[in-house]
Amino acid sequence: MNGLVIDDVSMIFTLPDGGEVHALQNVSLHLEPGELMAVLGPSGCGKTTLLNIIAGFLAPTAGQVHLNGRQVTGPHKERGMVFQQGALFEWMTAAENVGFGPRMGGATRAEIAAKVGHLLDVVALREFADEPVYRLSGGMQQRVALARCLANDPDVILMDEPLGALDALTREKMQGLVLKLWKDTGKTIVLITHSVEEALFLGERLVVMAPRPGRIHKAFALPFADQGVEGDTRAIKIQPDFIATREEILTMIWEMEEEIMGGGNTG
Amino acid sequence: MADRKQPSKLAVWLGVADNPFTRQKTVKFGDASAVNSGRLWSVATVAALLFAWWAVTRWGLLDPIFWPPLDGGLYPWDNPARARPGVVDRFASLVVEGYRNVPLWEHVWTSVRRVLLGVLCGALAGIPLGFAMGLNSVARGLLDPVVEFIRPIPPLALIPLVILWLGIDEAAKTFLLFLAALFIMLIAARAGVSSVRISKVHAAYSLGASKPQVLRYVILPNALPEIFTGLRTSMGVCWGTLVAAELVAADQGVGSMMMVAKNFLQTDVVVIGIILIGVIGFTIEMLMRALEVWLIPWKGKG
Ligand SMILES: Nc1ncnc2c1ncn2[C@@H]1O[C@H](COP(=O)(O)OP(=O)(O)O)[C@@H](O)[C@H]1O
Ligand SMILES: [Mg+2]
Repeated sequence: MNGLVIDDVSMIFTLPDGGEVHALQNVSLHLEPGELMAVLGPSGCGKTTLLNIIAGFLAPTAGQVHLNGRQVTGPHKERGMVFQQGALFEWMTAAENVGFGPRMGGATRAEIAAKVGHLLDVVALREFADEPVYRLSGGMQQRVALARCLANDPDVILMDEPLGALDALTREKMQGLVLKLWKDTGKTIVLITHSVEEALFLGERLVVMAPRPGRIHKAFALPFADQGVEGDTRAIKIQPDFIATREEILTMIWEMEEEIMGGGNTG
Repeated sequence: MADRKQPSKLAVWLGVADNPFTRQKTVKFGDASAVNSGRLWSVATVAALLFAWWAVTRWGLLDPIFWPPLDGGLYPWDNPARARPGVVDRFASLVVEGYRNVPLWEHVWTSVRRVLLGVLCGALAGIPLGFAMGLNSVARGLLDPVVEFIRPIPPLALIPLVILWLGIDEAAKTFLLFLAALFIMLIAARAGVSSVRISKVHAAYSLGASKPQVLRYVILPNALPEIFTGLRTSMGVCWGTLVAAELVAADQGVGSMMMVAKNFLQTDVVVIGIILIGVIGFTIEMLMRALEVWLIPWKGKG
């Protein structure tokens, strides 16, 4: 089967004291190539764990992940990752960070320079090419991280709250950039967020997860990402449709938490 | 606001006036960053110490056997047996003529060279071992008992054994300093490996890096700040260890110069030695800090 297939994945962490954490329970998903899926859920519901399993950093307790028919057994450059922050190499310049993947793959200097130059243009950081990354602002650093990921031309891009540490304004601009890159490159993207608005705006599909045990609570198909590619970010976010869906999902999450809390109290 | 008088640069440097940063703070007691340099008092301390030295010389308050005169000409007595050249003159003659046929700079260089060689050898062995311990469980298991056992032993305690094995020549001193630096470097390198953020390693693997590439391009540069701190510590510890070793047995070096001088009751040479040791130790520390800023500008910025 083509695309990214997550097949009945469960993850149980065993704690040093012998206790167990059911981080994921029977999660199944299928992404066609080029789909953008947003994953939303309260903290601790297993979002990062799911992404780490897809990336190949963790082996699931049960179930499997396949990409384009091949089973995922470890990290590979076909699955790129954008972390929340702190994953850039601070001993390198912006350009060296972006060129890291091709360089490790044995590309020639000229190839690397061409690719890096192009990608820095895409994320509008040309003039910061030779700055060490620690001198760049948070938003610029995340743009470097995006460019670094794209430099390897991965089939799937995994993003773990990539905009979570940014201020609201920068975040809004970055959302536009993510949409644009998605449309221009046609990559399959899994994007984790805990912002309902971001999930609605960016996700072609939206999966809402519930905690303890981490599982898929509800899945939606959304129209806004396609509009966002064309239209104006602000305009979309104040559409009655957008607001209604946002309220619906917020209510659902509230109810979900209530249910869990209530269950915890009586149980 | 324009009528607020700006203190002079000198006053700010001396710390008698608030600098532009501390000036805007109203809460100062309890805020360590709002405390001025107080350099005026540093100047006063140095001046007071020099004056005290001058005074005890001038008034003949101290027996020169215990503390040398600052300058022989100041001495109140005419007794030539007790009149000594004074530290300033002695220092000049040490620089020009040397001590016991060895120029002063050669004593200093001998000591510094021993430290550099010891630290170099210790780093060359300690860094790979520390990396092995940080990255591989067999290496960690094998080395851990040795490291944990030797770590709390002060290097000076090894001097008798090293003398038994290697005598008192150059090899013995290098070996002693090597041991002192080895464990510091090993522990620093291991800490550097452990300090890597897992997301950086994950990012590198996701970008297609192989294990050797992760080691070379992620683990190593990430560990450099800790390794450098280790180098600085080793330099300091080795400097102290070496001087002690030279006091025990050596024919050259600052420590041996002091030991010989002691036998001839040349307190001035002993005191000059002490001051030199302090100045060189301080200089090494400052050079290492400057080198660190220059070589590892990303330190603490991850
Ligand atoms: N390595 C681990 N060992 C034990 N428990 C873990 C580990 N990683 C995550 N967990 C637990 O699994 C649950 C899900 O964590 P995570 O995937 O990080 O959630 P999220 O990213 O949605 O906030 C949490 O309860 C967390 O404490
Ligand atoms: Mg998380």
